Amino acid sequence: MHPRAFLVRGLLVGLLAGIATFVVAHQVGEPHVERAIALEEAGAAVPADGDHAHHEEAGAGHSHGADEEDGGTVVPRATQRTWGLLTGAVAVGVALGAIVALVSAAAVGRLGSLSAGASTAVVSLVGFVSTALVPFLKYPATPPAVGSGDTIGARTEQYFAFVAVSVVAAALATVLARRLLPRLGAYGAVISGTAAYVAVVVVVGLAMPTVNEVGAFPADTLWYFRRASLLTLATLWAGIGIGLTGLLGQLGQRERAAVERRELAASL
Amino acid sequence: MSQTSAAPVTVDLPTVPLAELAPWALFFGLLGTLVLFFVSADQGAVSLPAGTAIHEWVHDGRHLLGYPCH
Repeated sequence: MHPRAFLVRGLLVGLLAGIATFVVAHQVGEPHVERAIALEEAGAAVPADGDHAHHEEAGAGHSHGADEEDGGTVVPRATQRTWGLLTGAVAVGVALGAIVALVSAAAVGRLGSLSAGASTAVVSLVGFVSTALVPFLKYPATPPAVGSGDTIGARTEQYFAFVAVSVVAAALATVLARRLLPRLGAYGAVISGTAAYVAVVVVVGLAMPTVNEVGAFPADTLWYFRRASLLTLATLWAGIGIGLTGLLGQLGQRERAAVERRELAASL
Repeated sequence: MSQTSAAPVTVDLPTVPLAELAPWALFFGLLGTLVLFFVSADQGAVSLPAGTAIHEWVHDGRHLLGYPCH
């Protein structure tokens, strides 16, 4: 098996997963993005409205539409929610598809007796939990109008620091589980690895600062947006996981059959 | 592990040699990270090309994929 075979499948599956992600994000997520921007603009008309009034005043910030003509936005909202969203979803899909495929290439044959397909499924599941689900629980997605332009630097640093901790912890936990496998068996090894990961992210999550810039933003719109965001992320990872598990499982089976044939031929 | 349980009928799972995989993983890992950076964070906290065009183009994706934005 050559890395190229994994990469090509990763890019293909990533492209398709990206398109599926766009469809879900556009259908499920966009109505709540539009609602949030409408609320922001309604609030921006009244300068005294809480935390978000600075949004229009800050020269470096951006507004979310309506005033495209007077230079508020370079890209019109109609483009942002269609071609822009498609670009973002497909770019992230292809990048993650390639990364998951190459990580799976390293994992196949090295996770106990798991088949190529099962190893890929494990990599995808660990990838979803460590890069999407757990970061979402600590620093959930926010709709436009929630989140101050003044704190974007700190929020970005905290978010990516937490993602980095989560991913490194997940990788080390997998290595730990693999080391413990001969001594504890699959059941004990998986529980130990998972427990180690959970312990690290809980402790680091408690230690890291909490972000609360919701202000008077309506709780229902916030929840709908966050649910849509989680569904978008789940679509992306499910697409990559299901597609790659199928294709890499097939690749592994073919390779295994070829090895069996060679061994049979050698034994005759 | 596979060696200890090797019965005559079982075949060792094929693996990709890590030395062979390393340059692929490094190059495409970096490329993938760069793509993720442009979608997730560029022209927010840090701006590589100045302006807001990239930020606005991927704006909705950034919000819906859970990255910090404002």
